[in-house]
Amino acid sequence: MTFEMPNILPAVPEIFVFSMACVILIVDLFLSERRRIVSYLLAQATLIGAAILTFKLMVSEPVFTFSNMFVADRLADVLKLAIYAVTASVFVYSRDYLRTRGMYRGEYFVLGLFGVVGMMIIVSAGHFLTLYLGLELLALSLYAMVAFQRDSSQATEAAMKYFVLGAMASGMLLYGMSILYGVTGNLEIAAVRRALAGMDADNVMLIFGLVFVIVGIAFKLGAVPFHMWVPDVYHGAPTSVTLYIGTAPKLAAFALVIRLLIGGLENLAASWQDILVILAVLSMGVGNVIAIAQDNIKRMLAYSSISHMGFFLLGILSATPNGYSSAMFYVLIYAVMSLGSFGMIILLSRSGFEAERLEDFKGLNQRSPWYALLMLILMFSMAGVPPTVGFYAKLLVIQAVIGVGMVPLAIVAVLFAVIGAYYYLRIIKLMYFDEAEDKTPIVAGGDVRLLMGVNVMLLLAIMPWIGVIIDLCSQAIKQLS
Amino acid sequence: MEFKQFIFYFFSAVLVFAAAMVITIRNPVKAALFLVLAFFSAAGLWILLQAEFLAIILVLVYVGAVMVLFLFVVMMLDINLVRLREGFGEYLPIGGLVAVLLVIEMAIILSSGQFGLENMPEPPAYTADYSNTRELGRLLYTFYVYPFEIAAIILLVAIVAAITLTMRRRKDTKYQDPNKQIRVDRKDRVRMVKMRSEKKV
Repeated sequence: MTFEMPNILPAVPEIFVFSMACVILIVDLFLSERRRIVSYLLAQATLIGAAILTFKLMVSEPVFTFSNMFVADRLADVLKLAIYAVTASVFVYSRDYLRTRGMYRGEYFVLGLFGVVGMMIIVSAGHFLTLYLGLELLALSLYAMVAFQRDSSQATEAAMKYFVLGAMASGMLLYGMSILYGVTGNLEIAAVRRALAGMDADNVMLIFGLVFVIVGIAFKLGAVPFHMWVPDVYHGAPTSVTLYIGTAPKLAAFALVIRLLIGGLENLAASWQDILVILAVLSMGVGNVIAIAQDNIKRMLAYSSISHMGFFLLGILSATPNGYSSAMFYVLIYAVMSLGSFGMIILLSRSGFEAERLEDFKGLNQRSPWYALLMLILMFSMAGVPPTVGFYAKLLVIQAVIGVGMVPLAIVAVLFAVIGAYYYLRIIKLMYFDEAEDKTPIVAGGDVRLLMGVNVMLLLAIMPWIGVIIDLCSQAIKQLS
Repeated sequence: MEFKQFIFYFFSAVLVFAAAMVITIRNPVKAALFLVLAFFSAAGLWILLQAEFLAIILVLVYVGAVMVLFLFVVMMLDINLVRLREGFGEYLPIGGLVAVLLVIEMAIILSSGQFGLENMPEPPAYTADYSNTRELGRLLYTFYVYPFEIAAIILLVAIVAAITLTMRRRKDTKYQDPNKQIRVDRKDRVRMVKMRSEKKV
């Protein structure tokens, strides 16, 4: 038997990020606390280098390699570039936070980069096996990052909950995949698709496997009723880690949904549509209503993320290419908004003080009108108020749902969006109409201030180019089928 | 009944019995030992399927290494059984309901005919020189090389994570520096002192 060397060129970005993570791991050993910035800069250079590589290797037609287990297509390229950008911003925001809390260690960046490798593997997976392994790689890095603050019992508890529930979710996903393997005799996503085309979609075995797969996905997305870990993990983890968990992995979760449900199991759409409707309605409902009762802003944003996942599922469940691309647009915009919001919490925190209660935002306008304005734009965008891009994202998914004739579902979604607006607007009220309790000026490095401005202004400034992004999303989706 | 069938049913029965004992028995050491029995019977089933490499690995790795380590942990930790059982009755109704539902679902699935003999053709018989160790290696390092590498990365991340979470450098701990130990010279340790011999009093 002869061994044919697989074409490794499409996977060069993954190999580069992984090798650099190993280099940083070793370089970091020889650095003193004062020169830790070298690890940070290397991590940023890695992400920039990976972005250049991905950009150079961009393909117009899907390329398969490693016996079809790896696929490089437009979807993978767009999502990878977004993941690099979001992760680089996460690193910028969290540097000062880590330094003032004694967590400024190279492992934060190394684990972050390993997580990026996991996300890249998920994003360009062409096989159930690689999808699962990428997910485990990402999850393992996240568990360790949540427990990073070793002396905090809250963080340890959050990590424990995350680990146990995450392991269970992986088990469910794996069980579903094994049942699907039993029925179709294949693990390769494209081959499963071909096998399903000639099968009866009402096959009880297929639906059994599908349910387990969806439960696994819903756990990873944090959709109700599989959302229990989200608030505890967001709350318990150090804010810099919450920032990481709440942004880039959502893009990977989107890729997971797209590759599994649409890439592989689109012929079962009639079955998964109903399940996703229930998940979406419950997520929007529970997320938006319980968020009102929170007085911790990290918990509030956690419930808000649950409700956003509900909206994102609206796009998927419409089961049309239009819906998929609007879901992709939604998740990209959500990553930017979530980055800004958690970044703002980090910005307001300082050594020995976590700005995580709602009261900490009281009178922000008196302390710094600029940051109050930025937070205002963020909250408007999260709520979906017109001049911001958040409105557009919601509009597109709701349009997709109406497009397939599910008008009642669209009405429910709008109603929950209105309920959700309450707690976003409450923060704006606290910032502008309440007296500040503490008048300490906000200090932040130049890079953080600049990035925060760019990050938030993107939500407004992108409006003229919104058509370009939507085109990009629909092109990416078009290549799937 | 053929002899092969007899062996199959024998190992299966032992396996199911041992697995049930693992979760019902009170003593954790006995539970671990029943797990060893379960692994042995599963290995027997694998031999029956001509997967001798997997069977040997199961015994070597799980029984030989993992379970022994596990037994050590169980014996060293003072596990309070009463506390472990707290809340058992509280969660029993809902847990039982879920379990019953799952069993019913699985019964439906298994009786749907998908796993019938007509859907699962008998694998071809292999010649005596067929080595499934070599076949496994061949698949693992060629067709499945990409997932194989990812699995390696996952193990690396596990090591990094474990060290990150547990290693602490405390000031009062004493360390050995092999470099210094090797470079040590006689004159650093032994000092010749000239002194007059003492007289007996």
